[in-house]
Amino acid sequence: MRILVCVKRVPIPGARIPVTADGMAVDDALLGHTMSPHEECAVEGAVQLVEAHGGESVVLTLGSADADEQLRYAVSMGVDKGVLVETDGGDWDPQRTATALVAAIRTLEDEGGPFDLVLFGNESADAGGFQVGIRVATALGRPIVQGIKDVEFGGEVADGSVRVQRPTGSASERYELPLPACLGVREGLNLPRYPTMRGRLQARRAEVASTAAHDVGPGGQSLLALQSPPEQVSTTEIVGAGPEGVDRVIEVLTELKVLS
Amino acid sequence: MILVLCEATTTEEGDEVLAVPSRQALTLARDLPGASAGVAAVVVDDGEVDVDEVAEDAGRYGAELVYSLEHDLFARYGPETWGTALVAAISEAGATVVVAAGTDRGGEVLAHAAARLDLPLVANVTEVRSDGEAWDLERVRWGGSLLESARLESDCKLVSMLPHAVDAVALDEPEEPELVEFEVELDESLARSCVVDEVVTSTGMSLATAPVVVGGGRGVGSAEGFAQLEQLARLLGGAVGCSRVATNNGWRPHRDQVGQTGTAIAPTVYIACGISGAIQHWSGARSAKHVLAINTDPEANMVQKANWAVIGDLHQFVPALVEAIRARLRSPSTPLRSTHASHVVPQSSPARPRGGRHRAGGHRPTGRALRRRRAHRHGSRGGRRRHR
Ligand SMILES: Cc1cc2nc3c(=O)[nH]c(=O)nc-3n(C[C@H](O)[C@H](O)[C@H](O)COP(=O)(O)OP(=O)(O)OC[C@H]3O[C@@H](n4cnc5c(N)ncnc54)[C@H](O)[C@@H]3O)c2cc1C
Ligand SMILES: Nc1ncnc2c1ncn2[C@@H]1O[C@H](COP(=O)(O)O)[C@@H](O)[C@H]1O
Repeated sequence: MRILVCVKRVPIPGARIPVTADGMAVDDALLGHTMSPHEECAVEGAVQLVEAHGGESVVLTLGSADADEQLRYAVSMGVDKGVLVETDGGDWDPQRTATALVAAIRTLEDEGGPFDLVLFGNESADAGGFQVGIRVATALGRPIVQGIKDVEFGGEVADGSVRVQRPTGSASERYELPLPACLGVREGLNLPRYPTMRGRLQARRAEVASTAAHDVGPGGQSLLALQSPPEQVSTTEIVGAGPEGVDRVIEVLTELKVLS
Repeated sequence: MILVLCEATTTEEGDEVLAVPSRQALTLARDLPGASAGVAAVVVDDGEVDVDEVAEDAGRYGAELVYSLEHDLFARYGPETWGTALVAAISEAGATVVVAAGTDRGGEVLAHAAARLDLPLVANVTEVRSDGEAWDLERVRWGGSLLESARLESDCKLVSMLPHAVDAVALDEPEEPELVEFEVELDESLARSCVVDEVVTSTGMSLATAPVVVGGGRGVGSAEGFAQLEQLARLLGGAVGCSRVATNNGWRPHRDQVGQTGTAIAPTVYIACGISGAIQHWSGARSAKHVLAINTDPEANMVQKANWAVIGDLHQFVPALVEAIRARLRSPSTPLRSTHASHVVPQSSPARPRGGRHRAGGHRPTGRALRRRRAHRHGSRGGRRRHR
């Protein structure tokens, strides 16, 4: 089987998210980068499915040349190939992103055969539009369900469908999608592996294909400015770590009525 | 016409009402530019929902018209069938604005409609400031940790609303909405993405609604280390939460994770043990009304955010606290070892944005009859209206 995973490079902010002076981007000059935890689980899921059923996994990203780092990370986890759809790195809206991803997926399928599954994160870590996967799946005419935390093929992929689950509070909805299908995956699907030394070395040498993005131009949503939410100032009362601190905490819990 | 995609829920008393986020979406919709042309609620009739009761509730929050979407396939939820149905309703109503609450289903169904119509959709909006043809609006990124001003240019504007960004406010004089049953034509093959069945997974306390959450992070050090946190949570009638480090190390299941890619909590008090308070963690904890941090590092972000902080080793403090609470529960009259009568407890913490859950001040239905309209059949593209 062939599985594609779409991931997006994002900065890793610490205690707050720094914004550039013009307010148009996150100031990531001093930050490391990663992909969303949802997408990391999608990558792990793709690797596990190919380990179990054979075939090939491919990771795809649209972004600046720097996104090569996230593709190679996915390869170090066990994905077979990386593909970069290159842009100038600016903030692309969901319609523009989805159109370029669809074009890239069609090209990859023309060259290497159809993907049985295309995996997305439930939402990207930074923009959080909750829609790129749905737009791509719709353009490809394939079913998609969001929020997936369980993916299973009944032994063989031969029956041509995938069984998936999405938790809804105290219950879990089960779906059975005919292949080819797309999924919006949530963190918790699995526990992503840490790349091995061998994986890292392989990733360094791996070939990462790069193509220019098919660009239809901006869609109807555009970014005007980014801003940190107002700081929530609270005065912190430092409570002792010894027995008097225990008493104080009990007093506090009693006043909050969580302890009677 | 503004369409608001609504979800129904059943109260403890057994009444069918709109889910709180749907009431909030209606509240927002009535103040949007274009509202003078009318606000209509859209409910998908799954065969279980009491459309009359729900329509009446929608009237209390400003709907002048209620579309009930009908099809046999709606008995089971399906993002594609529901999304296609919403497209049909948009065209039937000639809607220029479509709002949904940014819940799992609301956001998903609206995104399917947007994809099918190839229209822009702005997700998790908190405020709309119109600017004529184009809208300027506020939305959140990074799970609420970064605010974005965005512009939306489209003939038909699709927005999902961040749940709890506005309070649900009932009208003083409820609308008496007209109920229109709208039979949708669907491509039956879209049943491919409908729910097959549901399995009950847990009956325990939900992290999202727990009144007390005891959270553990890297500082807890191991899966076994969480035993003391579980004891504390049990004594306080709360639930255990954790950071992504705890999840990634396999110490806790992911359903315990608090944060941007985990669960958002809103307890009376969040007791954060050995958690630094990274912004992705905090984005799920910011609705906690009070925070008690237990951390060895006085500079930790969680300590800065906390109302009370114990600077010390959680492995010493938590067991001591558990022991003291047990002793107190055994003999409630025992005075505290040292008294702090003079100590001033900070009043409830400074307002945290979007803090807590806002209960809508809805009152019981007054049993008002709904006006119904005999819908004339006309060959609209998406389906036809039926008189009930
Ligand atoms: C896109 C994205 C999404 C993310 N989503 C989430 C999410 O949903 N939830 C989440 O939690 N994280 C999330 N993260 C990860 C997040 O950035 C942090 O890495 C994580 O929250 C850190 O967990 P921690 O506080 O347990 O660990 P650390 O940051 O390592 O902090 C450990 C803390 O424990 C204290 N400590 C150590 N020993 C003790 C002791 N004996 N007693 C008391 N205190 C002690 C230390 O002083 C320190 O403050 C996400 C990251 C990204 C990039
Ligand atoms: N630039 C991108 N490159 C590759 N995949 C993307 C990109 N942007 C979004 N996606 C995918 O679409 C999902 C949903 O994104 P969003 O609609 O922004 O929340 C993400 O989790 C990714 O899987």
